Order: sequence, then C-alpha cells, then structure tokens
Amino acid sequence: MSTAATTETKPAPAAIEKIMVKVDGREIEVPRLMADWSGKLTPTTMIQACELAKTDVPHYCYHPKLPIAGNCRMCLVEFGTPALGPDRKPILNPDGTTKIAKSPRPAIACATPVSPGMEIYTNTPGVKQMREGVLEFLLINHPLDCPICDQAGECKLQEYSVDYGQSASRFVEAKVHKPKVVDLGPRIMLDDERCILCTRCIRFTKDIVGDDALGIVNRGSFNTLTAFPGKAFDNNYTLNTVDICPVGALTSKDFRFQMRVWFLKETRSVCTSCATGCNILIGSREEKIYRYTPRENDAVNGPWMCDYGRLNYKWIGRADRLKDVLVRNVGQASSLSHSQEKSETGRMPVLHSKVTWTAALSEIADKLKNAPAGSVAIVASARQTNEELWLISKLKAKLGAISDSISRTGAGDKLLVSTDKNPNTNGAQLTGVAANSMGTNLPKIADGIRTGKIRTLIVFGEDVTRHGIGVDLLGKLETLIVSDILPNATTELAHYLLPGCAHAEKRGTFTNTKGRVQKFMKAVEPPGDARPEWEFLHDLVYNVTGQDGFLTIEGLFNEMAQDVPAFNGLTWANLGDTGVTVKT
Amino acid sequence: MSFTVPANLEGEIDELISHYPVKRAASLMVLHAIQEHFGWISQEAVEWTARKLDLQPINVYELVTFYPMLRQEPMGKYQIKVCRTLSCALGGAYELHQHFCGKLGLDAHKHGPQTTQDGKFTVEFIECLASCGTAPVMMCNDDFYEGVSHAKADEILGGCK
Repeated sequence: MSTAATTETKPAPAAIEKIMVKVDGREIEVPRLMADWSGKLTPTTMIQACELAKTDVPHYCYHPKLPIAGNCRMCLVEFGTPALGPDRKPILNPDGTTKIAKSPRPAIACATPVSPGMEIYTNTPGVKQMREGVLEFLLINHPLDCPICDQAGECKLQEYSVDYGQSASRFVEAKVHKPKVVDLGPRIMLDDERCILCTRCIRFTKDIVGDDALGIVNRGSFNTLTAFPGKAFDNNYTLNTVDICPVGALTSKDFRFQMRVWFLKETRSVCTSCATGCNILIGSREEKIYRYTPRENDAVNGPWMCDYGRLNYKWIGRADRLKDVLVRNVGQASSLSHSQEKSETGRMPVLHSKVTWTAALSEIADKLKNAPAGSVAIVASARQTNEELWLISKLKAKLGAISDSISRTGAGDKLLVSTDKNPNTNGAQLTGVAANSMGTNLPKIADGIRTGKIRTLIVFGEDVTRHGIGVDLLGKLETLIVSDILPNATTELAHYLLPGCAHAEKRGTFTNTKGRVQKFMKAVEPPGDARPEWEFLHDLVYNVTGQDGFLTIEGLFNEMAQDVPAFNGLTWANLGDTGVTVKT
Repeated sequence: MSFTVPANLEGEIDELISHYPVKRAASLMVLHAIQEHFGWISQEAVEWTARKLDLQPINVYELVTFYPMLRQEPMGKYQIKVCRTLSCALGGAYELHQHFCGKLGLDAHKHGPQTTQDGKFTVEFIECLASCGTAPVMMCNDDFYEGVSHAKADEILGGCK
C-alpha cells in the first residue's frame, strides 16, 4: 500500500561519518559533513552542531540557505579542543577524562567547522559579554523607530536587544545619518539607517536569483546598502529579501504600514499561482488577508517564493465575489425561480433570484438523476482540490458524463515558477476528471451541445466562454450549473449558480507538478452564503449517487486516498505540514 | 552624457586586463587608468568598466565608493593633500588645512575634498605620507612637501599657475 507514497524525494546519500562534540556540556553526535546552502556537503559548522543540539545561537548574517558571510559577529562562541601531548595523543585529566584546551579567542559559530571532541560553550559570561558588545555596536547608528517600523514583532535586532541589550544607550555622539525611504525597486522600500549590513539580501539576489543587483557602498560607518544608481531592484524574487532581512531595512511596499505583525493569524497554506505549490503562511486578521509569506519546505520551495505568487491574494477579498446561491428567472430553468412577470414594474427584470443551498441542491440532484446517460458534461477546474475533483469524478461515473479541465500555461523559470499555471493539474488527472491531454475533450463537449446530445453542463471555476464553449452554445443547454468564486460570462448565464471558496477559505489538498500532495488550511471565512465546494459536492454526490461519505475533510481525504490508486496509503494526518510525493 | 573611451586607452586597458587570471582582478588598475585619463570616474565610466570586466555596475561602484582616491566628481587642476595622521595632526595639519581653505575660500569643516569654484584647486585631508619626522607634510599633485609652514604653503600656492 505505502509503496506508492514516499516522503523522500532523493535516494538516501552514502553514510557520513559521525563525530562527538559537546555543546554546553551535553554530548551530541553530529555528522562530519553537512549540506551547505547549495546542498553541497561541507564540514559541519559549530552553528549547525548547536542547532542539532537544540541550542540557540543568536545570529544576523548567517542563513542556512545562503552562503556564509561571517560579518555580523553575533554568533561568537567560546570553544575548546582536546589537548594533545607531544605524541599527538590526547592528554587525560587525573580522573581519566580528556583534557580540553580552551581556545584563548572566541570563534564565529557560523563559519568554524567542528572537530572530534570539540566543546562549544554558548552560555558563558564571556559569550554573553561578546553578544552585548556586538549588539551595542549594531545599535549605535540604528534609529529608535520600532513603534513605526514594520519589522517590529519579527525583528531579530529587537529580540536580541531584549536578551542582550542595555536599557539605555551609552552613545552620546551624533548618529550617522543615511538615506531613508529609498525606492529600491517596484516592490521594495529601503531604510538604510535600519540596515545592519548583514548582506543577506545581497547574497540572496546574487547567489540564489542570479541577479547581482545589490551592494554596499562607501566605507566604515558610512556603509550603505544600495542598488546601482538608476537601476531598479526588480526581479521576480525581490520580496524574499524582506523576509530574510533581520531588521526593518527592507520592507514590502505592499505590506508596509498595513498591519502590525503580532495581530496577524498565520495559517499554513499553499500558493495557487502555479503548479509548483510553494508552501505559504497566510497572514490574516478579522477575515482579511494581509500577506503571504513563504513557509519552508525543502522538497518544494525551500524558504523562498516568487513575488507574483506572493502578491496574488487580493482577488480573494474582492467586493464582487459571488456570495449567493442563485437560480435563473428566465428560460426553462427552475421551479424555484420567480417568473419575469413578478419582477417589479419599471425595473429591469431580475435575472437571478436568491435561494437556499438545500433547495438548489435537491433540485439539481433531481435534474441530474433524471438526465439520460451521456447527456451531461462536466468542465471542472485544475484549480480545485483533489477531494473536490474526486467527488466530481463520482458524479461523472454515475452520470456517464464526459469531463475535462482547462490547461493554463505561461512562462516559467529555473528557480520556482512552473510553466503550468494550474495548482492541481496532477490532481485533475489522477482523479480522472481531466482528459489525459488536458483540454482535448472541450471541443467534443462543444460539439455535443451543438448537436443537442449534451443537455446539461456542469462548470466549476472556469469561464468556458473563453475556452470554445461560447454564449450561443450555453444558450442551447437545458441546464447550466455553475460554481465559481468571481463573476464572469459563464456565471451570468448559469441556471444554478453556486458560490464557492478560495483556497484560503477552505481546507483541502493539491497535487503539485512533482506529484507532491500538500494540504492547506482555512485562513478566513468565505463571504455571504459561499461554501467550500467539497461540502456541497458531498451533498450533491449523496443525493445523486447515494454514496454517503465523510462530512469532514479528513475523512473525505482518507476515503479518496483509498479509492484513487495514486493516493493509496495516504492519510490526511500523514501528509504532515509539508506533504508527501506520489507517483503521477 | 556620452562616455567614449579612446582607442589607445582601451588598448591600454585590454593590456592591463591580460595581466590577471580573472578579469575582475583588474578592476582597480582599470579604474586607475580611466581616472588617469579623464581625471575622475563618472557613473558612465563605472558602467563601461563593468561591461569591460563582465561584472555588474554595482560591483565596480562598490570599489569606487570605497576608495577616496578614486574620484566620483571632477577635481581641481591642483590637488592639495594635507596629511592628518597623528604626527602631522600634532604638528599643525589642521591649521595648515584651515590656512589653505581660508586662502581659497573653501569651507574647512565640510567632509571630503573641497574644490574651488574655478576648478583650479582641491583641498583635502589624507592619511599618513610616511614622513612623520618632518610634520606637517603635504602633497600638491605628485609633489611632496615637508615641514610646511604657512609661508611655505603660500609659496606652493603661488607656484600653481
């Protein structure tokens, strides 16, 4: 069962020799070599050993996914190595333990490799004093503007100041003033006075993105982070520099001054802008989304995400979202609709009227049950979740319906952006809803409507008028059932319009381009009567096919996993926060 | 503003680059050659150098802003450089600097090199010229002067035509 699903993306590497070190007196076994920022095996550093020992070493410039710079000095620690006698053998203490020769000087933990028997001390008075000293220097020219700084609440300088700072500054000289409100690029604003010159942003854009755009100019205390004059810092990954900036120097133009970070509720989710499925945290407050930030998942996006995906959240809160379950008043649509005569005189006829979910779903179910085999077609969306698509596949099977999804492609890149712009292409294919070559059934559906064979069309989250099933064809249908989030030409013509949810408003799973099944959580409430598609699809499937199932997403997922061969062995629980890769 | 490098200078620069295992290593020598020819290094010159060395402009700009000797704006015809490291500071370097600025109508308290309106003189402080026994010392362009009294300073200024 579980052979199809694995959590590993690469074969296990060859065994690496282990060595013993001591962190603050506790012995721990660490590998001699560990992956560096680029994944290459390099000698394990003291900071990596401390992390394995679950000992926190404060740092600014060190970032596990960036090349080592060693410039902030915050991670200075004391250490010792076994003392060797003239015979190069360790000298023993009278009690038989190895004698440790303490280094007379501290070392930066981020760039110093460990050696067998090494002892690292991170909590001695000397280390505390060094951290206090480094911090005092960093704060010399730093403005005291935390109350208006966007970083406040997630600022390393603030955090370490609480731990190692002084209540009052001893600095009586004039502070060096540097440029403020520097427009670095279309999405980034820089405050050079807040910058502590850790160079994380420079290394990120140079070594990760390959756009060597940032640098430090001038000298000494006049050191200033900048792009070349007249050259905008503009690539599709610039907003990651805001995440990795340990202070409030780099801020997102989209998020700055919008919300204090400690008010944000963070929800684990997945980006839907392309098939990569970058793991994200949705920051929301009072049913409003304020930002997406990347959530680390080394099997998918590492700690990064692209700017396009990050800023593609505003449609969720749009005022014209579909909020009501509607039936169409004109044509032969529904017994629930008001006839045109009833509309108030002197006004435009009301095209749709509002009904309850129960009424609409039971009438749809009746119509579907009575539909002759082969007279129903389904256009689902590869933006829907695995569970929803699976429920649609149940309808499809019962009705003998032809179905497909709509493919979206665009420019990709080498880092994260996929050429496939649907978040769940693999899910649509694994559940059998999409044609093997997605979109090839659409002309067949159009033909079926034209010849009168197809009388009922069910559309989920797509505007089919833009994909070969035009307004004229939709007009020929007996019944057009549409579920969507935002209004479009297809929803205008729907006989039954069922308002759905954005991914941020429901739970579910997507299968990304590499076949990784990843779950996402609900961040905000949907507007009006809108319901998660899997909820009303479940009701509809029960009404039409008699198949009862689980009313929870957990149960539904587990049921689907047993039914869909590719998902066999998966459970909602064992997906964890970072997902599981399946064979596609 | 168009920036063109004459063929003979470009030839000289190509020759310089050929001395180094990687192009980037020639950065400082190329900048010196450009400054030697134009007198200063404009933003266009930085971009030209970056293209020449297969670098991004910011890489060259970092260098240019780091070294005060690399000029980011046109300097005077005569560049008066007064040493202010310890021995000279004790020997009257600040008074000497003040004297030059007073004579030339410059603000001695401003940071960095000061150039007269007519572009004839630039006065600035520099660090040790390695002649501590004869403080205060200074340079006027490439000429070195020791034990510079205010009278001698006037004499030097007078010699600058």
